[in-house]
Amino acid sequence: MAILETQELTYTYSAGTPFEKTAVDHVSLKIEEGQMVGVMGHTGSGKSTLIQHFNGLLQPTSGKVLLDGKDIWADKNKIRDVRFQVGLVFQYPEYQIFEETVYKDIAFGPKNMGLNEAEIKRRVLETAHDIGLSEALMERSPFELSGGQKRRVAIAGVMAMEPKVLILDEPTAGLDPAGRDKILEHIKAYHQRTKNTILIVSHSMEDIATFADKILVMNKAKLFCYDDTVNVFARADEISEIGLDVPQITKVFGELKRRGLDFGKEVYTVGYARDLLLRSLKEREVQ
Amino acid sequence: MLRDITIGQYFPGNSVIHRLDPRFKIVITIIFIVMLFTGKSMLCLAIGALYTLLAVVLSKIKPKMFWKSIKPILPFLVLTAAINLLLISSGNVVWEWHFIKITDESLNISVFMIARIVLLIIGSSLLTYTTSPITLTDAIERLLSPLKKLKFPVHELAMMMSIALRFIPTLIEETDKIMSAQKARGAEIDTGSFITRARNMVSILVPLFISAFRRADELATAMECRCYNGGEGRTRLRQLRSAPRDYMALAVTILFYAAVIAVSIMTK
Repeated sequence: MAILETQELTYTYSAGTPFEKTAVDHVSLKIEEGQMVGVMGHTGSGKSTLIQHFNGLLQPTSGKVLLDGKDIWADKNKIRDVRFQVGLVFQYPEYQIFEETVYKDIAFGPKNMGLNEAEIKRRVLETAHDIGLSEALMERSPFELSGGQKRRVAIAGVMAMEPKVLILDEPTAGLDPAGRDKILEHIKAYHQRTKNTILIVSHSMEDIATFADKILVMNKAKLFCYDDTVNVFARADEISEIGLDVPQITKVFGELKRRGLDFGKEVYTVGYARDLLLRSLKEREVQ
Repeated sequence: MLRDITIGQYFPGNSVIHRLDPRFKIVITIIFIVMLFTGKSMLCLAIGALYTLLAVVLSKIKPKMFWKSIKPILPFLVLTAAINLLLISSGNVVWEWHFIKITDESLNISVFMIARIVLLIIGSSLLTYTTSPITLTDAIERLLSPLKKLKFPVHELAMMMSIALRFIPTLIEETDKIMSAQKARGAEIDTGSFITRARNMVSILVPLFISAFRRADELATAMECRCYNGGEGRTRLRQLRSAPRDYMALAVTILFYAAVIAVSIMTK
């Protein structure tokens, strides 16, 4: 069963004023449990508005959001429970850090859930480990840490609530390549341990191609497509048309195909491309 | 919720009022306020009301917008009226209930006070509604420039005001974002008891202050990189020039003021 589902979800900003703007327009989709989903779209395509509906920060103008098959707005007073089940990490989350120690900041979410001290401690230490923060850092002030470390503290703060669905809005924005790889690696490790559903918004097609089972593309407030990674990159031309980039390696193989060297497969990661090339070279040697 | 704040809001337009020289607009607003407080009778206030109506119509700004700026001070208005009604006991009693006595005089004064405050709010909102914050601070700087002779830091003051005004929307946006982020971690901000809400305010205020300081620091560096060193010898992109219509507007305002003075002398 789909863990998260939207039905004809529509959201209009400043309805009834001259500034009226529909940010999400009749979006219906189903996200299966345990998948890792990449979310792509231009600035202003409605992807940030869409993900804020998943944990009930925004209430749809019309349409529904279902979590485990239940309408999250059925009971307005229970919306906080939804936020514990669907964790949302905003862009540049390090700016929301406020506690004196790293431990306390990660514990803020679990504390709001009303858990007992022992459980909070277990969760904080476990997520800190997942995200690659050593125990020595726990009693330090988060404001003394490096940018990448701060970002990981903020992400851990949401992970520690152990949400069934974790949504990250551009978790790697503004980081150097090393910091970026580290964060993605830790998120992947967390996914492997917990088997939870994860949605990652990213502008980097290379990143999305390496982790996503499925890709969700938003364009001009509408759902452009939601499909398996292979199928989405098979539509590389259309994706380029709406102004999004496909991975460079996909472009290279698209060009090779145009020049008569067809491998018959969609290529979107460098590692896969290398294997494919090596294999085909070997075949030629045999011939 | 936070986006409903209208203080200092500017509605771009091209009406006569919009095009007036901001320096004249400030002076005219000051004369208008003095006018409201000179008049002691209802007739004087009626003249003030007529003047306000004229200005509002000329500005082509929807009356609904003025209601928006009056709404936040409604409790204050009710309080003023209540105090006047209950504490003034001279005049003829028109209504009585236990110890509460309402006289015709107290009724008169309450209405007068409320009308005066409402006119005051409408008049001063008109200034900010029709003048962009940047031109407003420019004008203040020019009007205060004689104080430079007394070593008063006029330019610095104006710069501080422009920066503060410029960052109000930015900080509101930032607050909205931080609030959403903390709500996503289960912080109770709109709901919950007063104490939990107060405690959760910390989770918003700390990041907000940190980001405000960071922004201030970045802005200072950016200004220094562009060789900003104060108002000395600085030229302006927008020159303020007065036109005949500015003097006309001033003349009309003074005329109304004269009428108010005349009426108060005659009715004495």
